[in-house]
Amino acid sequence: MPEITLLEAVNQALAYEMQRDENVIVLGEDVGTNGGVFRATQGLLQKFGAERVWDTPLAESMIAGMSIGMASQGLKPVAEFQFMGFSYPGLDQIINHAARLRNRTRGRLSCPVVFRTPYGAGIHAPEHHSESTEAIYAHTPGLRVVIPSSPARAYGLLLAAIRDPDPVIFLEPTRLYRLVKQNVPDEGEALPLDQCFVLREGSDVTLVSWGAMLHETMNVARALDQEGISCEVIDVATIKPLDRDTLLNSVEKTGRCVIIHEAPLTAGMGAEIAAILAEQALFFLQAPIVRVAGYDVTVPYFKLEKAYLPSEARIKEAVLTVLQ
Amino acid sequence: MVDVAHFSIPYFQYLNEQGQPVVALPDFVKDNQTLFSLYRLMTLLRVFDARAIALQRTGMLGTYPSVLGQEAVSVGLGAAMHLDDVLCPAYREGGAQIQRGVTLSDILLYWGGDERGNVFGHPNDFPMAVPIGSQTLHAVGVACAFQYRKQARVAVAVCGDGATSQGDFYEALNLAGVRNLPVVFIVANNQWAISVPRGRQTRCQTLAQKAIAAGFAGWQIDGNDVIAVKEKCAEAIEKARTGGGPTLIEALTYRLGDHTTADDASRYRSKEEVAQAQAKEPLKRLRHYLTERGEWSEEKEQLLLAECAKDVEEAVEAYKQVSPVTTDMMFDFHFATLPADLAEQKHLAAQFPVGDAHA
Repeated sequence: MPEITLLEAVNQALAYEMQRDENVIVLGEDVGTNGGVFRATQGLLQKFGAERVWDTPLAESMIAGMSIGMASQGLKPVAEFQFMGFSYPGLDQIINHAARLRNRTRGRLSCPVVFRTPYGAGIHAPEHHSESTEAIYAHTPGLRVVIPSSPARAYGLLLAAIRDPDPVIFLEPTRLYRLVKQNVPDEGEALPLDQCFVLREGSDVTLVSWGAMLHETMNVARALDQEGISCEVIDVATIKPLDRDTLLNSVEKTGRCVIIHEAPLTAGMGAEIAAILAEQALFFLQAPIVRVAGYDVTVPYFKLEKAYLPSEARIKEAVLTVLQ
Repeated sequence: MVDVAHFSIPYFQYLNEQGQPVVALPDFVKDNQTLFSLYRLMTLLRVFDARAIALQRTGMLGTYPSVLGQEAVSVGLGAAMHLDDVLCPAYREGGAQIQRGVTLSDILLYWGGDERGNVFGHPNDFPMAVPIGSQTLHAVGVACAFQYRKQARVAVAVCGDGATSQGDFYEALNLAGVRNLPVVFIVANNQWAISVPRGRQTRCQTLAQKAIAAGFAGWQIDGNDVIAVKEKCAEAIEKARTGGGPTLIEALTYRLGDHTTADDASRYRSKEEVAQAQAKEPLKRLRHYLTERGEWSEEKEQLLLAECAKDVEEAVEAYKQVSPVTTDMMFDFHFATLPADLAEQKHLAAQFPVGDAHA
């Protein structure tokens, strides 16, 4: 079995689910003939035809709103926003309608849409192509926010997102799209939503992250292992709703926690996780929780994007701080 | 220079303000029962409207948007739709909704602050949309589903004149045109978006012409002539049903009341303007026409008003009798399966129950 990238895993999951369920429609800007600007939807038009793969007009609120209408009638749209920085015109539709349709109709209508979008910095892209504003979506009641960090998890979580009966925001870290390859059996096996994945077991400190930052986080964990420091690494994966049990169990074991995310510090999901740990695991903590996050600045143009992104050095320093 | 489009916007009216036919009437007008039904629904809506405002004034209902003067638009539209079509309304379309399985007590429940008002007897219709114009995109999405499944069904979006300034409105028209969707857009142009008059929304001479740029037809109709509304909505809907694509209908009407019970329209428009509009209102002209035809009388009118008042009182009674809300209701419908964190919050909320504001 050939090894595939995260990007190819997204493609493979889309193709699998389109084959399995004719209600699945892929739509968005440039997703058809061009196969998506990153090629996430490459080949789907050829395989499933223009009836199932729609190149839409260039309007994100429309992409969100039409998907809601389609989903209300039992279709399962998988809609792509070309970059997270361009998803905001769709926010009104997502917050005011997608997230609420089930609740405001007491379940008479529902909204099984997956909104996919590439997100995050680190690929030398132009302005507005590097945002990580997952907290906006996570703050909205009625949404699930799912972020894969490996080809296997991209495949399994995207299948789960499409099969989920409620709206899912599926954020694909652009920095990881082609970074690593993995064997991913194309057998339609979904991974569980609303669950963290323990990527590495350890006993001294818990490192909590999601998306692209897990790459640096794992590097730090491996390096510190050589220095005799045992890091447990947790991929949150579904950042809303949070799997608190896995996080609490880990921190109760290690007594120390560093939370790493690329999004700006203030009101980021790290704050929510730190608050949960402070509320429910305070007496297990042997040191204050530390967050390593993006700064509270606009993501800089790419000359400075490496300075913006939490580096391995910053993560390592934070780990050593909580171990003091 | 490329000569791309010359256009005119047709205007349709059958009964003028005095209730006199101005052109040959459509076939359905021959049937007294159809006209009685339309007149009855408009009357019911008007009686209901007054009662709802009274309920709000006495603290029994939340903010309520009056439909006074606009009854013909939703009643005529509702009569033109098939039950398996889908309606994506704004919030003054009760006249269509009550022909599609929504009860008057459902409408009271909605404005009474209770989501159960959206659990009405139509499986697919959308609930009222308060964010202006957003429902036009849901209608095109619904129409996409019909087209994909090759079903002979039509989606109908209703919005107001203010909504035609929204991006969502243009985006919906654009998609409807480019995919030739089975969708009909009704713009209930009641001349006022709260305090902003139609003339300050756009320099376009008509709102209907906005369809031209999207590549399909736009019509104006007299939205206070229920015969025109039913006839032209039916024509547009059947055109869409048979593959003819979308139509935009601008129904010219007038909001005789305040925007909502929280508004005071005397702050921004003159009594003279309202009085002029009053002369064109929809019930009077159909009543005149039916009377001229020898089919209506003061006695029938009084009987109808009493009957409508009785129906409305039954709806108010049903509204008052609805079971109390519980805090669980806040949580139970956010997801198909309640996530663990919400289950905890649900348990917490149940320990701090609060009364029902309108019970």
